[in-house]
Formats: sequence, structure tokens, C-alpha cells
Amino acid sequence: MANIKWKRYLNYIVISALAVLFAVLSLTGTLKLGTQILLEKITISIILAVSLSMVVGFLGELSLGHAGFMCVGAYIGGKVACLVDGDGNSHLILITAILVGGVVAAICGFIIGLPALRLKGDYLAIVTLAFGEIVRSLFLNSTPESFGSTLGLKTPRYDSRFLLIYGFVFVLIALAVIQNLIKSKHGRAITAIRDNEIAAKATGINITKYKLLVFIVSAFFAGVAGVLFSHANYTVQSKTFDYNYSIEILVMVVLGGMGSINGAIISATLITFLNEELTTILTGELSVLKDLLYALILILLIIYNNAPALKGVREKYNLRAFVGKIRKHDPAADKDDEAKWHRVPTKIDMNEVLSTDLVVKESRAEKGDRGGK
Amino acid sequence: MEFISTLLNGLSSGGTYAMIALGYTMVYGIAKMLNFAHGDVIMVGGYIMYVMMLLLSQNVFLGIAVAVVFCVLLGILVERLAYRPLRGASPLAVLITAIGVSYLFQSLALIVFKSSPKMLSVLQISGALKLGKLSVDYSTIVTLAVAAAVMTALTLFVKKTKTGRAMVAVSEDRDAAKLMGINVNFIIMITFAIGSGLAALAGVFMLMKAPSLSNTFGAMPGIKAFTAAVIGGIGSIPGAMVGGILLGVIEAISFKIPLIAPYTDAIEFSILIIILLVKPTGLLGKRRREKV
Repeated sequence: MANIKWKRYLNYIVISALAVLFAVLSLTGTLKLGTQILLEKITISIILAVSLSMVVGFLGELSLGHAGFMCVGAYIGGKVACLVDGDGNSHLILITAILVGGVVAAICGFIIGLPALRLKGDYLAIVTLAFGEIVRSLFLNSTPESFGSTLGLKTPRYDSRFLLIYGFVFVLIALAVIQNLIKSKHGRAITAIRDNEIAAKATGINITKYKLLVFIVSAFFAGVAGVLFSHANYTVQSKTFDYNYSIEILVMVVLGGMGSINGAIISATLITFLNEELTTILTGELSVLKDLLYALILILLIIYNNAPALKGVREKYNLRAFVGKIRKHDPAADKDDEAKWHRVPTKIDMNEVLSTDLVVKESRAEKGDRGGK
Repeated sequence: MEFISTLLNGLSSGGTYAMIALGYTMVYGIAKMLNFAHGDVIMVGGYIMYVMMLLLSQNVFLGIAVAVVFCVLLGILVERLAYRPLRGASPLAVLITAIGVSYLFQSLALIVFKSSPKMLSVLQISGALKLGKLSVDYSTIVTLAVAAAVMTALTLFVKKTKTGRAMVAVSEDRDAAKLMGINVNFIIMITFAIGSGLAALAGVFMLMKAPSLSNTFGAMPGIKAFTAAVIGGIGSIPGAMVGGILLGVIEAISFKIPLIAPYTDAIEFSILIIILLVKPTGLLGKRRREKV
């Protein structure tokens, strides 16, 4: 039992170690500017992916408007920084901007959480999508004085040496908040809502409270990521936060494995890294190949991971079994902990009920035989 | 008079939306999946028409026919290769695959046709019908007529033919339909074929209005049509028609009022949210009772 305790904090330890390492490197000036920018982007992606993972992986609602919350944070945070100070290299102002941006995004999360109480599944997905488009359209048509209209809002570019440290700090904060929330009693309530809303309600879980809580927390961190984004760029343009960006975040969460925060962190890092690397490697004529590769990898990976026909192949060759082989550990022992994200049932699957019953009977019969012998 | 011509414009663009929305709603109703690549089929159809115009010089109708047939085949192919392996998997996995297919189409179009928009004039119908003060473009009338014809034909197909009845059965209860001897895979294939064909046809009318073709040509109309399908109640064929027409009319009216014209998209999406808040399953959607 003792080693489970430290395993729980493994991701904090790894990220803190990386944060310290990169902080020292960047403050001593050995880090190249390109790497600094890459790290900034990676931290922003991680915050986004972890916060979306809470809605999709743990609450079980599909959100296609995560970039909308980020957009709110980016514009509001950027505006705060602009209003207070022109050059924008003060720590206090950055933190104020992040808090204000996050809170405004959280308010939007509350507003979107309200329809979530009545709608679910695909209907909620389209509402979040609509929210993202509405936000984008409002900022796009704002007056030039307020949010810079079509040209975008000019924001102070924060010194990237410090910004990347802030990025890591907020990754840790997001992780601490979300991971502790999920592991707590409240987190179990949230996953109970995912697994069966009616049963959860019958057990006395306050569905309204938890759904709103998840949307608010998730939107807050998306807003924080938005503020970091606005400080990592010279301008914030609403077209950045279109529906494709929301999808990209969703892809990070799905590829990382639903209901796995560490998976979201790893896949957010990998996808952002690959995106950046491929843009630098594939230049000129080849640059168009990037999206093609991305699309093909996405389709093949999803089919491989989910196709019912490939179940046998998957169980034989997968990462978990591979890691298990190295550690001489049977992966089947972990099976129970695995979040069953892909079943977000509103009614119980009759086939499954019947088949599990039969299995139980058989195993009981076997036990009886053994006992007899 | 201006109001009536605005209304007619709205009806014609609503007809186009409805044609796209029908694809969404039928696929949702029968295969229980959101086909996010549907909008991009419009774009592919547009490019096929562009190629056919270059090859066959001016034979427009042949170009349209080839584009529609190509899209039908494309719909079947995509269903076979990308979606059928995932039959029975989680809805979210299928959704992400559809998003992947959408990216795939967009990037392939970018590779083949480069990023500069292609100007393409299909079906140049100029002139306007004048009735007293009222003036209606012929292109609007043609769009309206074709949309009405398509919708009537589809309704008849679903109501009167054996395949159509089978489609309804599959959307009601797939397992029961299978037990009744319906070939579910075939029905789903037909659904994709019809949806994709309608999308290609809708692409023709969209190009008539705005003849500039790029690889993201179908993205926004796709999302709008999806919105229309949800407004009408996703899974319901009359719902998609009502939703599409409603959306088109709202769009046309909002374009005419200078104060709110820039916010047209925001208004359309807000209306969607309001309708869903009042009627969570859309205007004509059936309310499924939840059982534990």
C-alpha cells in the first residue's frame, strides 16, 4: 500500500522537477528562444487538456467549446494587462490578469453549465459548440477601441523566460485542484453522475451542484490558459479560437485516454511538440502534409483502440501489457481501476447484464466443483 | 415588398441548409452518430465540379451529376472504411473518427488544389422574375424548387418504399430491425449515400450564391446545417427541413438589419440555445423516456 501513496504524487514530482530544471535553464539563459516558446505552448496545452478532461472524462459530457472559454480568458486577461500597464512585465499584473481572466471565463462556464442541467449528450455538445462560436463572433465584431475588432487585440508580450515558469506553476495548480477534486468524495460523485445519472440522483447526489462545479472549474482553467496565451503572443485574434481548436483539445483528451489526467498531460505534450516540430521540419511544399499525417494518425489510432473486431489484437499488443511485461506485472489486475469512459449509459445495456449474470453463475459453479473435489 | 423578397431569399438558403441538415439527421437517426465530416463532402463535391468544368468545358449538368455520384460513392467508402469498423464502439470514438475524416478531406483538398480559392461558376442563372414591385432572382426560384422537390421525394421514399420503411425501422430499434431480417449494414450504407448525394447537390446551390471554393468551403455551412438539424430535433426528417428553413429565414432577416447584421452567426447560435432550453429535444424531436 505504501508505494501507491507516492505513485499518486508521481506526476507532481515529475512536473515540478521539469519546472525547476527549465526555470534554472531559462533564467541562466541557456535555453533557446524556440524551446522557450515551445515550452510555453506545451504548458498552455496541458492546462487546457487537463481542464477539458474533467468535463469529458469525468463528468462524461462532450464539450466542443473549450476554446471559447480560452478565448474569453485571452481577451479579458489581455485587456486587463493593457489597461493597467503598457509594457506588461510586472509579476503582479500578470497574476491579476490571470485571476480576472479565469474568473470571467468561470462565469461563462456557469452560464454554459445551466443548459447542461437540462440537456445531455449530443445536444449539450452542440450548445457548447454554439457558445464557442458566439463568443468568437462577439469579440470579432467588437469596436476597435474595446477589443480590437477584426485586427485582434494587441497584448503585451510577456518575457518568455518568466512566462514559461508561470506556465509550469499554473500547470501544477491546475493539476493540484483537479486531481484532488477528482480523488475526493466530490470526484466520486462526479464519476457517479457519468456512469449513471439517474442512479446517482437516487443516491442523493446533488447533480445540479456537481455539474455546475465541473463546468466552472474547467472554464476557470481554460481562461487561465487563455490569459497565458495572450501574454505569449503580441496579438489575440478571435479566429485562433475556432471550432478546430476546441477539437484539437478534445483530441488531446481522447488520445490520452478518457478519465486519465496523466494521459491527458502526456498526449497534450506530445501533440503540441509534434505540431511544432512538424511545422519546422516540413517546410514549403511539404507543410501541407502535416495535417494529412495528423488526420491519418487520428483515424487509425481511434479505430485501433476502439474497433470491436480488433479486440483480440488490442489485448495482445498494447502499451499497458508491454509495460506490465517489463515490470512482470499482470495488467489484468489493474482492470478494475480503469475508467470505463466509453460507456456513458443512460440505461443499462441488457446484453451486458445478461452476459455478466451467466459469467457469475459459471464461476460459482466452478467454485462449487472445486469445493466438491 | 422587400420583406417578401428577403423572406424568399431566406427560404432558398434555408432549403440549402435543409438539404445538408437532412444528411446529418438521417445519419444520426439511423447510425446514431454525428457525422462531422458531412460538411466537407460539400467541399469535395465542389472540387469535383471544378475538375469536371475544366475537363468537359461547359457541360454543367454532367458536371453536377458526376459530382453527386462521386460524393455518393465517397460517402459509402468512408462509411465502409472509417465508421463500420467502429460499429458498436462508443459514440465518442466514432465522433472523433468523423472529425479525423473531416481533417483528412480538408488536408487532401489543400494538397491537391492548393490554398488559393478557386473561382467557379456553376449554373449561371441571371435575371430576375418581376411581379409588380416584387423582384425575385431566378436562382432563388430554382434553389427553392429543387429543395422542395428533393424534400418531397425523400419523404415519399421514406414513407412508401420498402428500403425507406426499413430505414425507419432501423432508426427505431436496430436490434429488432435485424431480427426482422433487415440488412442493417446495407441500410446504413444507403443512408450515407443519400446524405452525401444531398450534400453535393446543396454545394451546387451554395456555389451559385458565392462562387469561391476553398478547402474550408464546407466547414461553416456544415456547422450551420448541424445547428439546423438540432433545432428541428436531430433524427427527425421533417425536423431537419423545418430547422433548415427557419435558420435560413432568420439569417436572411438578420442580414437585412444593419445594426445586427455582423452578429448574424451569434444570433443563429443563440436561437439554437434558447430553443434547446425550452424544448430540450428540438422542435420536432421525440422525447425518449429514460429508464434505469
